[in-house]
Amino acid sequence: MLQASEINPEVIEKEYIYKEMGLTDAEYKHIKNVLGRRPNFTETGIFSVMWSEHCSYKTSKPLLKKFPTKAPHVLQGPGEGAGIIDIGGGQAAVFKIESHNHPSAVEPYQGAATGVGGIIRDVFSMGARPVALLNSLRFGNLDSGRVKYLFEEVVNGIAGYGNCVGVPTVGGEVQFDNCYEGNPLVNAMCVGLIDQKDIQKGIAAGIGNTVLYAGAPTGRDGIHGATFASEDLSEESESKRPSVQVGDPFMEKLLIEACLEAIHCDALVGMQDMGAAGLTSSASEMASKAGTGMEMDLDLVPQRERNMTPYELMLSESQERMLMVVKAGEEQEIVDIFKKYGLEAVAVGRVTEDHQFRLLHKGEVVADIPVDSLAEDAPVYHKPSKVPAYYEEYQQMTDYYPEDVKNYTETLKALLQQPTIASKEWVYDQYDSMVQTNTVVTPGSDAAVIRVRGTDKALAVTTDCNSRYIYLDPETGGQIAVAEAARNIVCSGGKPLALTDGLNFGNPDKPENFWQMEKSVDGMSAASLALNTPVISGNVSLYNESNNQAIFPTPVVGMVGLLESLDHVTPSFFQHAGDAIYVIGKAEAEFGGSELQNVLENKYFGKAPALDLTTEAKRQQQLLAAIQAGIIASAHDVAEGGLAVALAESSFGKQTGIDVALEGDAVTEFFSETQSRFLVSVRPENKTAFEEMVEDALAIGTVTDDGDYQISINSERTIEQPMESLKALWKGAIPCLLKSKD
Amino acid sequence: MKFAVIVFPGSNCDRDMYHAVTSSLGEEADLVWYEEANLSGYDAILLPGGFSYGDYLRSGAIASTSHVVTEIKQKADMGIPVLGVCNGFQILLEAGLLPGAMLRNKQLKFMCHQEKLVVENNQTRFSSAYTTKEAISLPIAHGEGNYYCDEGELAELEANNQIVFRYANNPNGSVADIAGIINQQGNVLGMMPHPERATEAVLGSSDGLKLFKSVVNHWREAYVAGV
Repeated sequence: MLQASEINPEVIEKEYIYKEMGLTDAEYKHIKNVLGRRPNFTETGIFSVMWSEHCSYKTSKPLLKKFPTKAPHVLQGPGEGAGIIDIGGGQAAVFKIESHNHPSAVEPYQGAATGVGGIIRDVFSMGARPVALLNSLRFGNLDSGRVKYLFEEVVNGIAGYGNCVGVPTVGGEVQFDNCYEGNPLVNAMCVGLIDQKDIQKGIAAGIGNTVLYAGAPTGRDGIHGATFASEDLSEESESKRPSVQVGDPFMEKLLIEACLEAIHCDALVGMQDMGAAGLTSSASEMASKAGTGMEMDLDLVPQRERNMTPYELMLSESQERMLMVVKAGEEQEIVDIFKKYGLEAVAVGRVTEDHQFRLLHKGEVVADIPVDSLAEDAPVYHKPSKVPAYYEEYQQMTDYYPEDVKNYTETLKALLQQPTIASKEWVYDQYDSMVQTNTVVTPGSDAAVIRVRGTDKALAVTTDCNSRYIYLDPETGGQIAVAEAARNIVCSGGKPLALTDGLNFGNPDKPENFWQMEKSVDGMSAASLALNTPVISGNVSLYNESNNQAIFPTPVVGMVGLLESLDHVTPSFFQHAGDAIYVIGKAEAEFGGSELQNVLENKYFGKAPALDLTTEAKRQQQLLAAIQAGIIASAHDVAEGGLAVALAESSFGKQTGIDVALEGDAVTEFFSETQSRFLVSVRPENKTAFEEMVEDALAIGTVTDDGDYQISINSERTIEQPMESLKALWKGAIPCLLKSKD
Repeated sequence: MKFAVIVFPGSNCDRDMYHAVTSSLGEEADLVWYEEANLSGYDAILLPGGFSYGDYLRSGAIASTSHVVTEIKQKADMGIPVLGVCNGFQILLEAGLLPGAMLRNKQLKFMCHQEKLVVENNQTRFSSAYTTKEAISLPIAHGEGNYYCDEGELAELEANNQIVFRYANNPNGSVADIAGIINQQGNVLGMMPHPERATEAVLGSSDGLKLFKSVVNHWREAYVAGV
């Protein structure tokens, strides 16, 4: 077999080998101009991964620039391993979300596991101790064997990795829709805590300083993973299984402890995870950011397999590796720390001043590239966009109203069993959500709450994205995604601080897809500004298509908020019989993209629910103020399935019942998904104070101790069910779907 | 009283154990790296949960062969109290300090939630602050917590009152609902549920605190009072 590295530059050009690596003709020409010659095989590979969408954001960069990224509390915005926000007291929260969709579609266990591993490294490479993990998952409907397999194995992979490294998996969301059938989404978010004085950056500063390679040796796994992640999934994707990396959480755990010990050494200058595009991206980005160059001798790179070529070494995405720049002459201090944990830390190169990225192998120069051309100066594309025909059609439709709802009880039961609404206990019970003993609110609530040890403060964390609304109307849907995440933070008692975006879209070369991207970014930006939650980090995953069918645009919002006191921790479920139940915000007949539309029509069409950001911000502020004043017993947002579902969910936490009376159109009052609404309960003695603090709140009933779900509409008793039977349906739905035959 | 929390590569409940002892219990503790272990000067030894050596081979199997475990055996022979929780329990089983073995949960899945337990034996130095048959709630978080022993061993455990904690609703298939057992000498306790995760009400349960208090009470009575 011809050694790949032996394919000479002429052949690469003549036989379009670069195209197989994902480079276009124009890009290849550009590379020739940059180098002043033809790139060799290794160099072509390096350019192809660095200029892949996954590493360069060449398509999404013009859009990402629209995001508001600054605020006084933002210490680090996009561009580093993870973003950082000030939480007071000299401490900071570090967080980021990342996708691992393509690997998970072909090898769900390892795809999901290494997604978790990668995002954890992004956080501790900043010097932060990872304190929480969340996952935002999307699958097809649970009616095929393949989808069930993907779902079970993704969850298994997340559990297998996260549980072992000892970072609690505290929250996230799982939703199910047909559009994800061949292309599931696996987005993992990690949150870390750090003393601000310990913040590290991924920079290769200081000419002559040493480049240290630490962690697992390099093997032939995950070669070209970044390029694989930047194309559509197809029947042939199965053959890309070798592009999927294999994770070792035990190695990661050791790496975490060693790196967090190393950050206290003065010798350490910079540190970056070898993530997508492995050694290539970490090394070239560190040098480019510092305005330096780097020279590495690949013979010194620890290797797991024999006879690895420079191409393989540079493009491998072997996991659990970290690149560090260390002051020359002070390497031993760092090497010793890694040795304690049984890890290799090896000098593989040095920082140079000539701005070149130069690689040596067996005494020869195998790559010599201007470093900025790989990172800062990678190409940027402004793709054409076009309003999709479906959108115009939906906008012109008369508002969808579900005429066929006759039996409200049966409809409620059907909604509670929809997998998107049903209890996710089957999922989160497999995650260690309590390790580190800081989890105050465990999974299953609106947002998870993590105590900041040694203080009275806590972080609220959530991920959200209703992609159905975004499909119907990307701009409004983008606003809703941010607003809903903030709602969840507020309901748990936190002030929303900032967000990380996990942008998952289809092929951006299709103008309709690019339009969806543009509009949802516009919507998210507007909501981020209105709610003062800047975007501090994120990830873009494009080409989420299978068999030419794009997913719904799914820009996942991961948000972090701050609770000033543990006294503000607020449950999402009712607490005591006798408490008054209020709903904040009035329902309109809005059913486009609703779960009810899904149940009745098995598709989504019409308009997304409207959102008014001023109203949203006002209600969030007023509710948060009421929570901080200590007059709220429970708070839950009204989301998929509408108020009837929210009332049930709020009753499943403790053995309470409800007695609620509503006025108006029954279908709208029960099931509409009008935005900016909250369901709260208040002790009787706090009712007056609550009504003074919170506008738009309507008293609709009381929490009871009879364990019954009772609602009347226009004074007629309409739904009356034992809460236990509703809970059983809600709790049993996913396990039941998984057990059922195809 | 001074506790040693042994840290193996891959331990991940070591800090939780440390905080439970120092913050919630108010006693002294050190995190002791397995290679640097010098266990003299400690009044109790805690083996925390986690995935020592990645739980590769078998849970706890590799850690059980380390030098520090040899030293722990000597300390245990001298009567020093040893508590192994979760992976720590698995290590104690692998090391032969307690009888039986651990299988995968009967559902073949990792599980993590609060679990109801019954205190079967409150006549131990780890459980004296509980009442007999006291119902308590402790978190579990394991994939291999399905305790197994043969009939002879079970008869012996029962006869000697070595079963300290049982599950009220057996979550993992353990023989005789066993959640925690003690050795015949009464100074080595292994249990799958996590008492160190249940020492503060804000985290959902403080039922684990009595276990640590029992250890301290016994130590005070036995040693300090005697001085």
